[in-house]
Amino acid sequence: MNHVLGWQVATLKAIKEETPNVKTFSLTLENWIQHRPGQHYDIRLTAPDGYQAQRSYSIASEPERSGEIDLTVERLEEGEVSSYLHDVLVPGDQIEVRGPIGGYFVWDGSSAGPLLLVAGGSGIVPLMAIVRYRARVGSRAPCTLLYSSRTSADIIYGAELNELAARDDGLRVIHTLTREQPPGWTGYTRRIDATMLGEVLGATGNQATVFVCGPTPLVEAAATGLVGLGLAPSQVRTERFGPSGG
Amino acid sequence: MTDDPLGMTDDPLTLDANAVAGMLHEVFGTEMTAQASQCAHCGNRALLGTLRVYDMDGPGVVLRCSTCTEIVIRLVRRPDGSFLVDARGAAYIRF
Repeated sequence: MNHVLGWQVATLKAIKEETPNVKTFSLTLENWIQHRPGQHYDIRLTAPDGYQAQRSYSIASEPERSGEIDLTVERLEEGEVSSYLHDVLVPGDQIEVRGPIGGYFVWDGSSAGPLLLVAGGSGIVPLMAIVRYRARVGSRAPCTLLYSSRTSADIIYGAELNELAARDDGLRVIHTLTREQPPGWTGYTRRIDATMLGEVLGATGNQATVFVCGPTPLVEAAATGLVGLGLAPSQVRTERFGPSGG
Repeated sequence: MTDDPLGMTDDPLTLDANAVAGMLHEVFGTEMTAQASQCAHCGNRALLGTLRVYDMDGPGVVLRCSTCTEIVIRLVRRPDGSFLVDARGAAYIRF
């Protein structure tokens, strides 16, 4: 991506509540540049006294929606920017953004090999852009999403993931709920570990290209586990979100 | 596993170069996280996206090798808006 990276004003078009703590902000951009799945935008807020706060948020939407991007943001209790976005911003408001940014943590279907996506909490956001893009372009690359959430109420894009997985186009979605499970739950109930990854990799074997995103401890555990299972470090791409949101 | 005398790899606050990708793009004028580099300390060849970022407070950013944790690149944004780049920790950066 050789475009000149500069700040521009984006207008908030709509807000969608995904879970009690997570909202998707649809922004229209005058200088929209088609992004690649996995990239992010930076948002910068400037207070009247000149104080600035800046954060990065992954793009959730697929690249085909011209002129617009969806940023899905988890509200952090101590979050300077996330609390402003959640509590203050209304449609019609404008904010400064910069992007699209990134190139390492990107999948644009150039490889037809099997894909393993590992998400923890809001780490699902850039991986959802990959899942949506894959569906949009009709890719047949086998894709497994392993998604860790605290409870079923915390699953972001839950209904859409169910619908996409039901299409029988090679997408498998496997959830693990680490804090609380609904009655009758037969899935995983623990944090992602090497054993779980080994079971999930299963048929794919260790030929997969892997993308891991979420809180740093989850990313470290997953990446270490995958290398322990025989994957080369270069097969595993990671994006750490820092400490988990709580 | 890796030589990690400072015990940094288990720190939940650890980020990676994706967190400063915008700054890298601004400094170098192009997307950098998918570019290849070699650590001058241990010889590890990896994409810049794999470098670890341990501290984003203050005017400087330090990117460390994922294998030996030595500093590969230091970036400082100066008050006048210019950047100081110390890439002595990189044998090369290809872009």
